[in-house]
Amino acid sequence: MSATKERFSGPGPDQIYSDFLRKDVFSLPQCKDCHEFHFFPRVVCPHCGGFNLEWKTLSGKGEIYSTTTIRRKPERGGNYNVCHVTLEEGPRLMSRVDGVDSLDVKIGDQVTAVINKDGDDPFIVFVPAQGV
Amino acid sequence: MSHELRGSSAVVGVGLAGCGEAHGRMPLDILAEATHNALDDAGLKLSDVDGIFTGSSYHFMPALSTAEYLGIKPRFSDSSMVGGSSFVAHTLNAAMAIKTGQCDVALICYGSNQRTAGGKLATMSEQQIYEAPYKPRYPISSYALAAARHMHQYGTTREQMADVAVAARQWAQLNPAAFARDDLTRQDVLNSRMISDPLSLLDCCLVTDGGGAVIMVSSERAKDFPNKPVYVLGTGTAHWHRQITQMPDLTTTAAVDAGKRAFAMAGLTKDDVDVVELYDAFTINTILFLEDLGFCAKGEGGAFVENGNIAPGGSLPVNTNGGGLSCVHPGMYGIFILIEAIQQLRGGCGERQVENPEVALVNGNGGVLSSQVTTILGTEAVL
Ligand SMILES: [Zn+2]
Repeated sequence: MSATKERFSGPGPDQIYSDFLRKDVFSLPQCKDCHEFHFFPRVVCPHCGGFNLEWKTLSGKGEIYSTTTIRRKPERGGNYNVCHVTLEEGPRLMSRVDGVDSLDVKIGDQVTAVINKDGDDPFIVFVPAQGV
Repeated sequence: MSHELRGSSAVVGVGLAGCGEAHGRMPLDILAEATHNALDDAGLKLSDVDGIFTGSSYHFMPALSTAEYLGIKPRFSDSSMVGGSSFVAHTLNAAMAIKTGQCDVALICYGSNQRTAGGKLATMSEQQIYEAPYKPRYPISSYALAAARHMHQYGTTREQMADVAVAARQWAQLNPAAFARDDLTRQDVLNSRMISDPLSLLDCCLVTDGGGAVIMVSSERAKDFPNKPVYVLGTGTAHWHRQITQMPDLTTTAAVDAGKRAFAMAGLTKDDVDVVELYDAFTINTILFLEDLGFCAKGEGGAFVENGNIAPGGSLPVNTNGGGLSCVHPGMYGIFILIEAIQQLRGGCGERQVENPEVALVNGNGGVLSSQVTTILGTEAVL
């Protein structure tokens, strides 16, 4: 049996990602070989197949790539937003835009990441970018 | 030189069962009736079946549960799971198994009681942990995001998507076995309840019960059966993602690759295709697949489906049974497009029969636009 290589030792990328969010840091792995970021975090770069990754803090800036409003009766909580955001660093993730009516969220809108810590596990939501 | 699998096997029997509502019946009851009908159609017995190809949302090990239920002891089994496209993919695996002598009589089969069991999509799918906090509705939100992006990028309209549903309904009105046959207008679709923008209720497929079965044998044997054989000329598979956020471009599906592979194996082009059966879980699917399979340019799918062009009397017959939108959609729909294509090539589809088709194209979709599988089927004239 071979020993675990250093880059595979310790917690996996999902736990590292969540631990960063708990410390108010939005961070993703960047590939040292092709320099691409990826989401969701993995131990391998899905762009080039490289295994040399390092965690980098993100700008939090993104753009709405697509958006939908899930219709729900007011008594069951009302409509809510589900969108895809392309981060400034390249990866795309599912999220939602808070602080604005979902029907007003448009493709191409500039948004800023916020770490939502309302539940047990923190996750990224977005708000409209200021001053654009 | 043509591909060694091209036309190496053929379909000699098909069967449907329980389409619509099959009260009080379990998924395997429906599957078994469809199998009975397919065997009857081929003049075979269950004991002749030595290869089983199946998928299920109800059984974790579907080939095992299905063979056990049917009382058969197959030599070769395959329950490759690529969602609703599985049964289309099974044509490739069955062709390989038959060609290499792993089995002689392949049974591709499916059954579901999704409608009468309560309408919820049965799933054994794991939760997508990076999507779960946002509570997307599965699977519609994924398709809604693709539709919204297609509208943004190419100017596709809700009216054009509505025309997909209207065309499907017009085909369904020619098919006595279709589930939804009332008149439907573009305005009806536009006025239906919005579910996940821009998709409204009538942009979505039906929820029905139903089962289907297909029997394949080698082409050498195929002429000894009662029905005109339908040859499997080429199948191509492709998948680029599992979760919708990982789809490289929300407006382009892996049917681009699946279609190319299928056409290459078949040695045919889109101009040879007489009838097209696409997995229309939502109206946007039909538009995406027509583009990705080369029937029109990327971005022109909306204009292509407008004003009855894919309806009866249009330039290209698409989803001639009425589709998942108006004929039948019990959870996983792939086997039903396969069966409709086979029935069209045999002839005898009554009012909805396309005139003397020789080549049919089937494109199965699985997951959330994730898996795409294209199969090209043909009559003896193109063998
Ligand atoms: Zn890389």
